[in-house]
Amino acid sequence: MLIFEQSQSGRRATAQAPGSAASLESIPESLRREQPAVLPEVSEMQTVRHYTRLSQKNFSIDTHFYPLGSCTMKYNPRGCNTLAMLPGFAARHPYAPESHSQGFMACMYELQEILKEVTGMREVSLTPAAGAQGEFTGIAMIKAYHDAKGDRERSEIIVPDAAHGTNPATAVMCGYKVREILTKRDGDIDIDALKNVLGPRTAGIMLTNPSTVGVFERRIREIADLVHQAGGLLYYDGANLNAILGKVRPGDMGFDAIHMNLHKTFSTPHGGGGPGAGPVGVSERLIPYLPIPMVSYDGDSYQWLTETEHPQTIGQLTAFSGNASVLLRAYIYAKMLGREGMVRVAEYATLNANYLMKLLTEAGFQAAYPERRASHEFILTLKKEAKELGISTMDFAKRMLDYGVHAPTTYFPLLIPECLLIEPTETESPEDLDNFVEVMQKIRHEAEHQPETVTSAPHRMPVKRLDDVKAARELDLRWQSQES
Amino acid sequence: MPFIPHTADDVNRMLSSIGVDSIESLFDEIPEDLKCGALDAIPTGMSEMEITELMRQRAAADGQPACFIGAGAYDHHIPAAVWELATRGEFYTAYTPYQAEASQGTLQLLYEYQSMMTALTGMDVSNASLYDGASAVAESILMAVRANRKSKSRRVLLPRSLHPAYRKTVQTIVHNQKIELVEVPFDSATGKTDLDALDSYSGDDITALVVPQPNFFGVLENVDALTSWAKANGAISIAVINPLVHAILKPPGEWGDEGVDICCGEGQPLGIPLSSGGPYLGFICCRQQHVRQMPGRIIGGTEDLDGKRGYALTLQAREQHIRRSKATSNICTNQGLMVTAATIYMALLGGEGMAQTAAAAHANTGRLVEKLCSIDGVDTLFDSPVFHESVLRINATPKNVLRSLAAHNVLGGYDMSKEYPELGDAILVCATEKRTEQQIESFRDKLDRIMNRQAKCPVTPKFDQT
Repeated sequence: MLIFEQSQSGRRATAQAPGSAASLESIPESLRREQPAVLPEVSEMQTVRHYTRLSQKNFSIDTHFYPLGSCTMKYNPRGCNTLAMLPGFAARHPYAPESHSQGFMACMYELQEILKEVTGMREVSLTPAAGAQGEFTGIAMIKAYHDAKGDRERSEIIVPDAAHGTNPATAVMCGYKVREILTKRDGDIDIDALKNVLGPRTAGIMLTNPSTVGVFERRIREIADLVHQAGGLLYYDGANLNAILGKVRPGDMGFDAIHMNLHKTFSTPHGGGGPGAGPVGVSERLIPYLPIPMVSYDGDSYQWLTETEHPQTIGQLTAFSGNASVLLRAYIYAKMLGREGMVRVAEYATLNANYLMKLLTEAGFQAAYPERRASHEFILTLKKEAKELGISTMDFAKRMLDYGVHAPTTYFPLLIPECLLIEPTETESPEDLDNFVEVMQKIRHEAEHQPETVTSAPHRMPVKRLDDVKAARELDLRWQSQES
Repeated sequence: MPFIPHTADDVNRMLSSIGVDSIESLFDEIPEDLKCGALDAIPTGMSEMEITELMRQRAAADGQPACFIGAGAYDHHIPAAVWELATRGEFYTAYTPYQAEASQGTLQLLYEYQSMMTALTGMDVSNASLYDGASAVAESILMAVRANRKSKSRRVLLPRSLHPAYRKTVQTIVHNQKIELVEVPFDSATGKTDLDALDSYSGDDITALVVPQPNFFGVLENVDALTSWAKANGAISIAVINPLVHAILKPPGEWGDEGVDICCGEGQPLGIPLSSGGPYLGFICCRQQHVRQMPGRIIGGTEDLDGKRGYALTLQAREQHIRRSKATSNICTNQGLMVTAATIYMALLGGEGMAQTAAAAHANTGRLVEKLCSIDGVDTLFDSPVFHESVLRINATPKNVLRSLAAHNVLGGYDMSKEYPELGDAILVCATEKRTEQQIESFRDKLDRIMNRQAKCPVTPKFDQT
């Protein structure tokens, strides 16, 4: 039942509104509402009960194994939330003067420094609000760099076919054409294909490493040299940074611009789909174009860096300084990990992924790249099951929900048929991984003996399989009162 | 090992299953010469107790000054239930509801949010949120350019009375897409968008007109006239509003003769803490006919196999994970957790509670302005009705005055001189319903003393002794 359907005219959560009615006489009648907005009229307890019950209809990291590939659904430490919400931080106005911001700015400055060190980039700006905005920032900086050199012929961004959809969409938002290149059967980029598209029109290339197919791009240095020789720059999509944290750094691989998904690698909450935070890091040549504001430190106090200090900046990306409270959570997490903890993130994420891949292949499932090491994630392809048993990856995914496991990412990357992209993360215990293997085996067993159980799954969720086609054809995007 | 559960036995068992002798061998595909050594510049880890102490000190160092700054971020009361519920693990640690059957909580909540936003704005549809108000304006402009197929100019009129940070953000985001942003001046007496200046564009090919309400000065714009102008000139109208005060103000769906085409803005006043400017909540609503041009996630109602009602992501064919380079935007996430808070806030307050809160902020700002204007050398700059912010002219250098006030733990407003030098010495002040009589009184007294002293000693003292 919707909260609107519990509404009773005249009912209110009275404790939540200011006591006395205030006069509105100075506001012209013509600018005011004629009718009050039709919002729910419910008590405080009804509201609390309703949203508590709604929350119970969700899978989440706190309640379920959530091996959603490319999303790094690891434990979000509670301490990070508690401390980021301390009244002094929660109440700080974005335009508070530096005199009343030194505590907050110290955290931001130190976070910039930590991210620089762990990525090997020269400078970092924290302001992009999410990974996609970080990507936009990176490509906009590359554009600004070429423009500043008067190099206006460069109109193309190269993107591998396995890339996240955000990559080509970002390139277009920055005014570029997209050139796709193929991934070879071993998961690495086809270097010959790359050489064919490189040229005077190349503005840059967008890469994820380890790539979206879950393997480390071994010839990355060669790729970097080729792109640089052609006059292009390299953009690193930080979606998979968790796999290499403290092991190998994008700056050392030759990247010029990177974004980091702090909601993945630095464990800030995913919140039902955001907010994220997507700080960017750059090599020497892109420093002038970094987005503002940033924080500097003169040994005595912290200052904001704005257009005044960075006249060539691409500008600001949100009204203030990005998702500050997410950045605080990432800072707290980074401080708790320390340098030794960061390396362990990559090590145990990789250990878990390789262990799980091994167990699943031993159980007879087909890995997409069996000859390769898994990074922090790997791909299974269920094309054999689809062909022989008539059970699609979607059916497997839906049945997993019945067994209390959130499905891995399905049908991405697009180039691998019937695929599951599985990312267990470092915070899961081996028992949870063993359980996942059992679940996969159970579902396959069901598929062999009672396939309709699988094809009509899920059975134990609040709803059965939903009709997406109806949702798109007969648009129903809001509740409407009976009278209207 | 913080947050890693493995015992030494676990590791050994796992390595032997994989068939390698060390964790390091799992990284053998990475060229040896690429690997980094120890990250010396990063300090060693802290326990929760240690980091708690550090963060408490830092939070305390920023004090909790009495805040009279608004300028796009407002210090409203947030009911305790809002964040108690929003930080429940089932909301806080879920992700984008790709598996709809295991995400009905988030999906239904987003559907309720869309319903509340359309009720408030008088629009047909709402998406499930964007990053913040400023980026929502940028996305609205890009959407208008796609939606207005008759217009070829890609020319968008932006009033100078729109938040300066929003104008800058728009510039950053749309600048590579060959869109021309034209600034429309405001009337220096009223602080409203200058209709005569706007009329000079009548008959031109204009793709879209942005209409803020209230505008950055707190002033209420002639929204009906602006919306009608856009309609008459074939431009898409984009309202930029504060959703809380629209519990009182006329919804954009009713502006002019037919309402605006797109309505966007900042949802922070709906239960989201100031928290240094983010994360906040950008929203965007529009007319039904533009829904396929809307960026971001959209939730739709549907049925399951048994005909039972449920909710799912819909119209995904607009989005980057399907359309790649042809998507409406590169946006991937929304601000789910902020939407959760805002939805609970709106449910708790209801239309009437929100209207009362907005009215109380309006009245409080009225009281503040009256008190401050009783000081010699302080006066309102515009002779127009305002909602809960007002521009005051002060007979002193704003920067110095605000610094002196801050030394007394009062954040006395936003200094207008950098972004609006044409206004002279002026500050933008705001008193939400949270500011007490006592705080307002104390602000007045401090400002009075500072102004008096500056009048006697107009040269900026080298060391501020306040």
